[in-house]
Amino acid sequence: MAVSAPSLGKDLVGLEPLSAEQIELILDTAEPFKEVSERAIKKVPALRGKTIVNLFFEASTRTRISFEFAEKRLSADTVNVAAAGSSVSKGETLVDTAKNLEAMRIDMVVIRHGASGAAQFLGQRIRSNVINAGDGKHEHPTQGLLDMLTLRDRFGRIKGLKVAICGDILHSRVARSNIWGLTKLGAEVGVCGPASLLPRHVEELGVTILPRIEDAIQWADALNVLRLQLERMESGFLPSLREYNRVFGVTSERLGRAPRQLLILHPGPMNRGVEIDSDVADGPHSVILPQVTNGVAVRMAVLYLLAGGSPDWAGGGDDR
Amino acid sequence: MRPILIRGGRVIDPSRGTDGIADVYLEEGKVTSVGRGMGMPDDALTIDAQGKIVTPGFIDLHVHLREPGQEDLETVATGAMAAAAGGFSAVCAMPNTDPVTDNQAAVGFIVSQAQRAGKARVYPIGAISLGQKGQQLAEFGELVGAGAIAVSDDGKPVVSSHLMRTALEYARTFGIPVADHCEDPTLASGGAMHEGLVSTRLGLKGIPSAAEEIMVARDILLAEHTGGHIHLCHMSTRGSVELIRRAKEKGLRVTAEACPHHFTLTHEACEGYDTNAKMNPPLREPEDREALRLGLRDGTIDAICTDHAPHHYDAKEREFDDAPNGIIGLETALGLSITELVETGVLTLCDLVERMSTAPARIFNLPGGTLAPGAPADVTITDPKAPWTVTPAEFFSRSRNTPFSGRKLTGRAELTIVRGQIVYQRER
Repeated sequence: MAVSAPSLGKDLVGLEPLSAEQIELILDTAEPFKEVSERAIKKVPALRGKTIVNLFFEASTRTRISFEFAEKRLSADTVNVAAAGSSVSKGETLVDTAKNLEAMRIDMVVIRHGASGAAQFLGQRIRSNVINAGDGKHEHPTQGLLDMLTLRDRFGRIKGLKVAICGDILHSRVARSNIWGLTKLGAEVGVCGPASLLPRHVEELGVTILPRIEDAIQWADALNVLRLQLERMESGFLPSLREYNRVFGVTSERLGRAPRQLLILHPGPMNRGVEIDSDVADGPHSVILPQVTNGVAVRMAVLYLLAGGSPDWAGGGDDR
Repeated sequence: MRPILIRGGRVIDPSRGTDGIADVYLEEGKVTSVGRGMGMPDDALTIDAQGKIVTPGFIDLHVHLREPGQEDLETVATGAMAAAAGGFSAVCAMPNTDPVTDNQAAVGFIVSQAQRAGKARVYPIGAISLGQKGQQLAEFGELVGAGAIAVSDDGKPVVSSHLMRTALEYARTFGIPVADHCEDPTLASGGAMHEGLVSTRLGLKGIPSAAEEIMVARDILLAEHTGGHIHLCHMSTRGSVELIRRAKEKGLRVTAEACPHHFTLTHEACEGYDTNAKMNPPLREPEDREALRLGLRDGTIDAICTDHAPHHYDAKEREFDDAPNGIIGLETALGLSITELVETGVLTLCDLVERMSTAPARIFNLPGGTLAPGAPADVTITDPKAPWTVTPAEFFSRSRNTPFSGRKLTGRAELTIVRGQIVYQRER
């Protein structure tokens, strides 16, 4: 195996700064970690003695638990901090919170924050590795990675795939991470949603704009259906959930007119009957639950690589 | 008061269209004469200005001095000193203080603090509406009586077109301009930077150019309707420049200003979530920057202002969304203007002095902006070739929030005279 594998650097703040080689390194490293979660004893000693803080300033179920499983299966010691009930609710700034945590001699911080750029801000101010678990509307790199791992599992490749990201692109960090990751690995990316929810100049990121969901279904090999944030109606971006489902909903009827079988991804949590109908979400071409399974493997790979692990030994069961 | 003789400098006075080597004689707080080979009283202080330019003092139409209310960020005295160090003999202080400068006592307080400081002149701008709340007109007559030279709700747009209309009409009584911060809040709300490719990439909510241009267009229409004088603050978009150009072609009473950061930087300065590149209006696109330069060149944009906005280090050491808008500018404006406009051939030095002194004096009806005999002895001596590096730790301003730290500039003020007194002299 090559010993000159690219490192990831200190932090993972997004997929935009990564090269195709770095992204492939993470995906390749995730492969052996998938198997760890299938064992009776789901644990390897790779991060034994490392301390990881999960710093969640925004509500999260799936991502937080997925990171926590990844950390525990790598034998790291973990602490969860939620903004509510911590000193953040007493007005402490992000940088003070982080510096205090670091004073307790931690190794890594996984941060979820409502402000775009929060992970990078933190990474530039503390010595610990920082992993972005979603920052505002910027990036959610591990979600992008697990989506790509799932696509690669099913299609055997990323290059040349046509992936349509559907829904509220404007406010979506998942969309941005997918756009960067997929385009770097040679996929074609389309974005589909009401024009009021497409960011300005998004086509300059190298994506195709698909104005209607029917266009996306005709064009794509896979649909990544984003959650529609319910508060978008109040802020005037959309008239109603009902109309959204009528015009942009991914329904089995619409999918029936596709020229080929489409793979269906969704980062969750789903609004059944809004952006996606239940029979699609639960149907044979949905990989929504495999995405969740892959999430643990991808996060194990990221934690392992940032901690300085060699991809050759990933998943190794004994101490080295 | 000792007379001052400034010898051998290149004297540029756009008010009289003169540009040449001459001596300038100041006496009793006035310009006495400009010419060559003047006799000199024995008691005069002689300043050698060879190789320098000697101009009427620069005038900044738009600063935030934070006093009263946020004296830890800036005071009238520290702001006036920073102004003098930047070559400004006068600044106009926006009313978004705490409490708001919306009454004669508040205006009088700033006037007295400025007199006590004795550095650059500080002219208060009164609020358009009580508490800058956008509802009830402030007492313009009382404000002017106490020393205000214009009215503005700067920092906040005047949302109500009716209020803007009545402000323009009512201000005519007192012969003062109404300065507007042009921003449609329903479009700009929650925005942290310019809406464009960079905001899309950074995942920050954008402020579209149209948010400014809608209000520029409205204000121009109201200026036409009322015959009042609208002054458009810190213009940032190419569309605004075009709207103003058309308004001026129609002969409307519309004037406008632009800031060095808008004609120097673009939204790409926000990369890496640098909060010192966060300001309102935001840094825009290269085409906007170019349009501002051309607007300054052809006079569509009348004046260069700083929008000097001091903020504490801690306030900028935040997530981008949570950091306050604004940068300081008094001590970098001249260097940026010479470097970005004169060295690049956009403006002649004479044009630059016009945009930084003569035009601001004219449009806000202020003393200065000229070296005509009898004019106030407000004079700036500038070394237009001096290379220097922006070092915020050396600023006189109490704040340090600038995106230009470490930038190499050409041209800076060497000496500033206000009312015939040297208020700033660069130490070697």
